Amino acid sequence: MDSSLMIAGKQFKSRFFLGTGKFKNKKDLKDSIEASGVEIVTVALRRIDLEHHEDNIVDYIPKNVTLLTNTSGARNAQEAVRIASLAKASGHGNWVKIEVINDSKYLLPDNAETIKATEILAAEGFVVLPYMYPDLYAAQALMKAGAATIMPLGSLIGSNRGLKTREFIKILIDEIDLPVVVDAGIGAPSQAAEAMESGADAVLANTAVATAGNPALLAKAFAWAVEAGHLAYLSQLSGQKNLATPSSPLTGFLYDIPAKN
Amino acid sequence: MKVTINGTMKELTNSSCLSDIVSQFCKQPKNIITEVNGHIITSNDWNHTSIKEGDQIELVAFVGGG
Repeated sequence: MDSSLMIAGKQFKSRFFLGTGKFKNKKDLKDSIEASGVEIVTVALRRIDLEHHEDNIVDYIPKNVTLLTNTSGARNAQEAVRIASLAKASGHGNWVKIEVINDSKYLLPDNAETIKATEILAAEGFVVLPYMYPDLYAAQALMKAGAATIMPLGSLIGSNRGLKTREFIKILIDEIDLPVVVDAGIGAPSQAAEAMESGADAVLANTAVATAGNPALLAKAFAWAVEAGHLAYLSQLSGQKNLATPSSPLTGFLYDIPAKN
Repeated sequence: MKVTINGTMKELTNSSCLSDIVSQFCKQPKNIITEVNGHIITSNDWNHTSIKEGDQIELVAFVGGG
């Protein structure tokens, strides 16, 4: 069964996306990419430190992996557009994850500014994957604005609390004709599998992997969970029931069942 | 000549083009992206972008992020 993911005409075998922040060292990152087989990783753009030179992260990401630059640090659409334009000028493609955040306590995305940025960047030919709060009207506006996917949050960034927004993400899965990539707050492979079982097209994790004792091992576990969850979704899982239903036949017993009065 | 690089005032001697500044401040120029006074300058144009007193220069690079 073909289980590949299509985004903006590009085909991906892996439905697991990895964020590259917070890794203790770049070797852990490289090992995690290799162990999980991810084909899309997110990166950020920052001013270089003029006093302390660091290795460039791009050197640790295999060439066949698509770089998805986030616009973290942007507080409005205009700043997100500037960051995306800088990323494009690097020559590493034109895939951008719009991330517009005003609030430093909850790090919630500003959907209105995200829609504006998506509209501008999609018109300029960027492949736009907006990080968003799972709201149906915002998702419809993002689709109309030219988004290539939508990336609704599962729970707060870095919280590892899983799919707290499950019912609202399910609405987006059912109603929006774009790949749905569940992003943020996914803290364990079981949570990633749950998102995929409910019909999400992909899952992004970062903090959980980067801060694990063995990041590469957890990255692999995430990749397997995402794949397992997707296969389960394709299998058309049967629903839950309130009472027991026997798995074995109810006839041909080796002893007599007393008749009910 | 005084310029602002990444928000910090720097006194430059003998730096006349963007290429000199990139080589002076960046270990690996290949993945550096630059802006001068809000305009993105791609690496092809570093050699013939002259820098003058008071310019605002940004040197940015990819880092880990989610």
